[in-house]
Amino acid sequence: MANLTLVQAINLALIQEMERDDRVLILGEDVGPNGGVFRVTEGLHKRFGSKRVVDTPLAESGIIGTSIGLAIAGLRPIPEIQFEGFLGPAYDQICSHAARMRTRTRGAMTIPLTVRVPVGGGIHAPELHSDSPESIYIHQPGLKVVMPSSPYDAKGLLISAIRDPDPVMFFEPKRIYRAFREEVPEDEYTLPLGKARVVCEGDAMTVVSWGSSVVQCMQAIERSGRSIELIDLRTLYPFDMDAVEASVKKTGRCVIVHEAPKTCGFGAEIAARIMERCFLYLESPVQRVAGFDTIMPYYKLELDYMPDADRIARAIEETAAY
Amino acid sequence: MPIKSAFTTSIDHVSILDAEARFDEKLGAGLIPDADLVKLYEHMCICRQLDEVAFKLQRSGRMGTFPQNMGQEATSMGAAYALEKTDWLVPCYRENAGLIWRGMPMEMILLHWMGDERGNAIPRELHCMPLAIPIGTQMLHATGLAWAAKYRGEKRLACTFFGDGATSEGDFHEAMNFAANLDIPVIFFCQNNFWAISVPGKIQCSAPTIAQRAVAYGMDTIQCDGNDIFAVVHCVRQAAKLAREKGRPFFIEAVTYRLGDHTTADDARRYREQAEVDSWKARDPIIRIRKFLTAKKLWDDAKEAALAERAEREVAAAVERAEGIAAPNRTDFFNHMYATIPPDLALQRDTAQTHGIGQDPSQIEGAVIELPAKSAH
Ligand SMILES: Cc1ncc(C[n+]2csc(CCOP(=O)(O)OP(=O)(O)O)c2C)c(N)n1
Repeated sequence: MANLTLVQAINLALIQEMERDDRVLILGEDVGPNGGVFRVTEGLHKRFGSKRVVDTPLAESGIIGTSIGLAIAGLRPIPEIQFEGFLGPAYDQICSHAARMRTRTRGAMTIPLTVRVPVGGGIHAPELHSDSPESIYIHQPGLKVVMPSSPYDAKGLLISAIRDPDPVMFFEPKRIYRAFREEVPEDEYTLPLGKARVVCEGDAMTVVSWGSSVVQCMQAIERSGRSIELIDLRTLYPFDMDAVEASVKKTGRCVIVHEAPKTCGFGAEIAARIMERCFLYLESPVQRVAGFDTIMPYYKLELDYMPDADRIARAIEETAAY
Repeated sequence: MPIKSAFTTSIDHVSILDAEARFDEKLGAGLIPDADLVKLYEHMCICRQLDEVAFKLQRSGRMGTFPQNMGQEATSMGAAYALEKTDWLVPCYRENAGLIWRGMPMEMILLHWMGDERGNAIPRELHCMPLAIPIGTQMLHATGLAWAAKYRGEKRLACTFFGDGATSEGDFHEAMNFAANLDIPVIFFCQNNFWAISVPGKIQCSAPTIAQRAVAYGMDTIQCDGNDIFAVVHCVRQAAKLAREKGRPFFIEAVTYRLGDHTTADDARRYREQAEVDSWKARDPIIRIRKFLTAKKLWDDAKEAALAERAEREVAAAVERAEGIAAPNRTDFFNHMYATIPPDLALQRDTAQTHGIGQDPSQIEGAVIELPAKSAH
C-alpha cells in the first residue's frame, strides 16, 4: 500500500494500464514531457515514449474526434481535456459521435475511450477553469460518467473506465487533486462502474453527493452530530439508485449536494427518483444544496458559490427540523 | 500534357529595426515620429513594470494566475498604435500593452486577474472586447464585429490577437474562411511565440510559416518581426489600408517570444532550453528601441532613471487602486446574469447566505435555522 494523492493514484492507474495493455495510449495538450498541467501524466512520456503519450495540436475536437477513430480501430485512447471549460469544442464529437456510434452501427462499432477531464472550483483558477458540467454529459445517452472523490476510488474506477467497452467521461475534481492522501494498493484493482460507496452509516438522514462536495459533506456531518448516512455516487451514469433507495427508506430524509448549478443539475434527477421509489417513506421534502443558477464566478466569490460545509449543515438542520 | 504549376506564392518577412538596432531607412523613415516613439517606449516600459509587479503579486498570494506579457509588448502595442481608436481590439490574454495604450485602466487588468469580475467592466468607448480564455474562439467575434461595420457602411475594422496554438482550433479556421470568402475587413494578428504552454510550434503547424495558413484561404498575408515595433506598425498599416479600402481581411504572423512562463501556474524550465530563452532576451523589443532612441540622442540615462521611477509609481498606484476597491458583495455574481433577474434566481440570491437550500424559506418554520457551532479543528 502507498499513501497517495488523487493525482498520484490516477498516475499509477495510467501506468499500470499502459503496461498491461499496449493498445492504451494517452493524447492531449501538454500531456507529454510537461506531464499535463496538473502533472497527472508526469513521467509517462519518459516511460512510454511519444508514440503512446502524445502531445497534440491545441484542438479539442481534434483530440476527441481522432480518439474515436483510434478506438474504432481497436486501440484504447485516453484523451485528456485540460479543463472542463474547454470541453466546448469537443462536445460535438463526444455527443454526436462517441455517444452514438454503437447505436448507429447496430453494435458493430464501439468507442472504448476514457475522456479525462479535471472539473470543479475551489482552486482560485481563472474564468472557465472551475465549472461542473457533469449533468450535460449524464443527460447524453450513450456515455458513462464517473467522478471519484478519493484516491482509492480514483484508481479503481479509472482502471474500470479504461477497460469499459463504451465511452466514459472521467471527471476529476481538481480541488482535491492534492488535498489529502489515502492508502492505495499498489496492485491493480477495479471498482465496478455504477456502484455507490457508503462513506459513513447513519439512520437519521441520508446525504447523497459526489466529487469534491463529498469532502464538504463529511465536514458538515461531523459538525451536525446527527446520525447521518453519506452516499458517494462515484459513478453518475449508470448511477446506483438502489443504494440511495435503501438508505432513504431507512432514514426517511435526504439532502443532495452538488457543485453544479441547481436547475437541471443531477440532484434533480436523484430527487425525482426518490419520489418514484421512496415517497411513502419520506418524512421531509428532499433538499438540494447546489451551485446557483449563475455562471461560476471568478475566484473572489467562488466559495460563496460552491456548497460549503456551512450551507450543507444548514440544509441538514432544516431537513431534520421539518 | 506537361505538368504545370497550379499555384505558387511567396511570403514577405518584414524587419525594420533589427536586434542590433540597425534601421531600414527605406521602410522605416517617417513611419513613427520621434515623439511617438518615445511615448511608445515609455509605455512599453511601464507595461513591463506592471508585468513584473503582477508576477510578484501572484507569488505573494495577492493575485491569482497571471499570464506574463514580457517580450511580446511590441505586437499588441504596435497594432493599437497603428489602428484608429474606433477599430475593435479583440484580444486573447497577453495583450496588456495594446489594451492599456488604447486606454484600458491598469487596475482593471489587475482586478481581472485578482479574480474580480468588475475588472471586466470595459468602458464602451474603448472598443475592446474582454480577454478571451477559451483559445481560438475570439477570431469569430472579430469577424462578426468587422462584418457589422461593413454592413453599416462604416470604415471600421476589427483586429484580433491569438497565439500559434490557437491556429489549431477549428474556430480559427472558420473565422479565416468566413472573413476571406465574405470579404470582411478583419485583421488576424498571430503572435507566434513558438510555444503553446509546453507544446512546440511544430506540433501546431508543420509548414515553415504560420502565415501560409492564410494563403490557403485566399487571404493576403505577411510575416514580421514581432519584437520590432516598426515592422509591426508597418504591417498593421498595410493590413488596415487593404481592409479599409477593399474590405478585405489580412493575416499577420508576428514572430515573437514569451520570455516568461506560460502563466504563473507553469514552469517553462520543464520543457524549454535556457539557451533558447537567452537568445530571445537579446532580441527584447524594449532593449531594441532604447538602443535606437539612444543612438538618435532622444534618450539618455537620466531619462531612463526618471522613467523607471515613474513606472514604479504608476504601477504601484494602480495596484493600490485595485486592492483598495472594497470586496465585491457576496451575491454580486447574480447580477448581470440577465437584463431582468428571473424570480427564481432572485430568490436564490436573496436566500443564498441564510438558507442551505437557497429555496423558498416559507417552507420552513422558524425560517433561519441556527447552526451547531463549528468544531475546534
Ligand atoms: C479551448 C482551450 N483549450 C485549452 C486551453 C488551455 N490553454 C490555455 S493557454 C494554452 C496555450 C495557448 O497557446 P497559444 O495559442 O500559442 O498562445 P500563447 O499563450 O502562447 O500566447 C492552452 C492550451 C484553453 N484556454 N482553451
